[in-house]
Amino acid sequence: MSIDPFDTTLTRVVPQRRRRRFGEKIGIGLLACSVILILAILGVILGDVIIHGAGHISWAFISESPRQGMTEGGIYPAIIGTTFLVLLMTVAAMPLGVGAAVYLHEYTPAETPKQAWALFRSAQRGDRRKALTTYLLSLLARGTRIAVANLAGVPSIVFGLFGLGFFIQFVGSAMDRATQPEGQILWGQGNLLWAALTLALLTLPTVIVATEEALRTVPEELRAGSIALGATRWETIRRIVLPGALPGILTGAILGISRGAGEVAPILFTGAAYYLPYLPEDLSSQFMHLGYHVYILSTQSPDVEATKPVLYGTVFVLLLLTFLLNLTGVLIRARTRSKLRSGG
Amino acid sequence: MTVETRETRAARASASQDETPPGSTKIAVRDFNFYYGDHHVLHDITMEIPAKEVTAFIGPSGCGKSTFIRSINRMNDIIPGSRARGTLTLDEQDLYAPSIDVVALRRKVGMVFQKSNPFPKSVYENVAYGLRIGGVRDRRVLDELVEQSLQRAALWDEVKDRMGSSALALSGGQQQRLCIARALAVDPEVLLMDEPASALDPIATQKIEELIYELKSNYTIVIVTHNMQQAARVSDRTAFFMMGKLVEYDETNTIFMNPTEKLTEDYITGRFG
Repeated sequence: MSIDPFDTTLTRVVPQRRRRRFGEKIGIGLLACSVILILAILGVILGDVIIHGAGHISWAFISESPRQGMTEGGIYPAIIGTTFLVLLMTVAAMPLGVGAAVYLHEYTPAETPKQAWALFRSAQRGDRRKALTTYLLSLLARGTRIAVANLAGVPSIVFGLFGLGFFIQFVGSAMDRATQPEGQILWGQGNLLWAALTLALLTLPTVIVATEEALRTVPEELRAGSIALGATRWETIRRIVLPGALPGILTGAILGISRGAGEVAPILFTGAAYYLPYLPEDLSSQFMHLGYHVYILSTQSPDVEATKPVLYGTVFVLLLLTFLLNLTGVLIRARTRSKLRSGG
Repeated sequence: MTVETRETRAARASASQDETPPGSTKIAVRDFNFYYGDHHVLHDITMEIPAKEVTAFIGPSGCGKSTFIRSINRMNDIIPGSRARGTLTLDEQDLYAPSIDVVALRRKVGMVFQKSNPFPKSVYENVAYGLRIGGVRDRRVLDELVEQSLQRAALWDEVKDRMGSSALALSGGQQQRLCIARALAVDPEVLLMDEPASALDPIATQKIEELIYELKSNYTIVIVTHNMQQAARVSDRTAFFMMGKLVEYDETNTIFMNPTEKLTEDYITGRFG
């Protein structure tokens, strides 16, 4: 079939210019509407919290324990508990997550299992073993990535149940049997350590995915340049790849951490306390937590109306903490970026 | 890890440590074949590359010349499914023997890439990189070797006042010479250059070519180029590759003035490619 290049009837199928412009306007308008809607929702939430909460903030509120059935006093133990929990979670999740991502991206083969299988099929006798290793590693990488993606989709309450079943009832009880001759319970109950580990599991997918994404942004030529100078793979990773990926890794870490800081479901059964007159002393202590405090103030209090000001104040502090955390992340990232540009 | 003394350094500064006399065989290749999976990239390459001369590889895109140059420092190892058959020796040592230390080999055979790839670090740290991973810690030794390498790469005068600023702020030509300085810092004997000037303007290209001419008194240089005039200008010997085969290899003058093969003549006169 041939087309006559001078046949003007063909162009009549193209819609009129005006109609196309109209469609374009509607499209852009819809996009703008969704942005405005999101901003509006965010504004309402923030406005509500600030209007009702900011007034309740005082030095006493952030430095004292709750009193009078939580209708008065402050939230100091909850602030401290949340801080410890988040720090511990970070210490547990970061090395594991970054390590897993570096292994996945830098050490396992870039081939898909299918490609690796094809290479194995075509390999000569002497190269069979190497090709088989490549195939098995690519399977491992594929499996791990699928597992990580699925982990990210697991509801947080399931992580809480897992923490209860695995850390407390399995690991904790075993530790108690080994270390407590008279059958006391020390590790076989919720505490700071188990709650932090449970939260770390929850944030792990975020950290792994973000780190792998950051590693992908380091150009392949830099790796080749380093290898060609006689650097080993590990030296290349430590001196070239990780520094280059650092801003991205930090972003991911902070996203994960600030998500973890606000999660309540995973710590419900793994260590958060309704009310404690003292601060956590070590890893086996229970603790109060801002998010959990909000939950109990709004649902478990005998007088919900009387706790409302405290409730708003607590939410305000929780938001402020998360915001500060994000801000720190952004600042660190900006600093590392400009340092990299100027060649520090 | 090697510890450098003042004496060994002085000895090295005066002349490159490579004792191979110019013109004698540095790299010998016999029936060398290379594969990526099912793909047979290089077919029975046999050639000898002389020491302290410039050998140019020319040929149409996809002819295997880049793969071949990357076989000499085993950069192809990174690619899974790649394998080599036949022998490739450097100073009569088989580079594909199981006992070979690939990391040590790559310090002996430096490489400059088509796209300049300075690290996102300072000018100083770029040149010091290979020395640092080689275990040189002494600041004075580092300073001296960095300056010497930059001088050898004809870049010192342009960057001596901005050693601390980012290498990425240099011009394209300066970046490529920085990559050459970086490769020279670890004191290689062979320098592989994979189209080192293909992304540069004519003036920067000329500087690189002058540099190659100066460097060949101390280093064995192998250069891949798409630019026929460049091969004619800088090289002593030229190898013409096509479809993974070495078609002709001879003195550059002979290749360009009086080639034996019809294919070579057709390519050089621009009848294809």
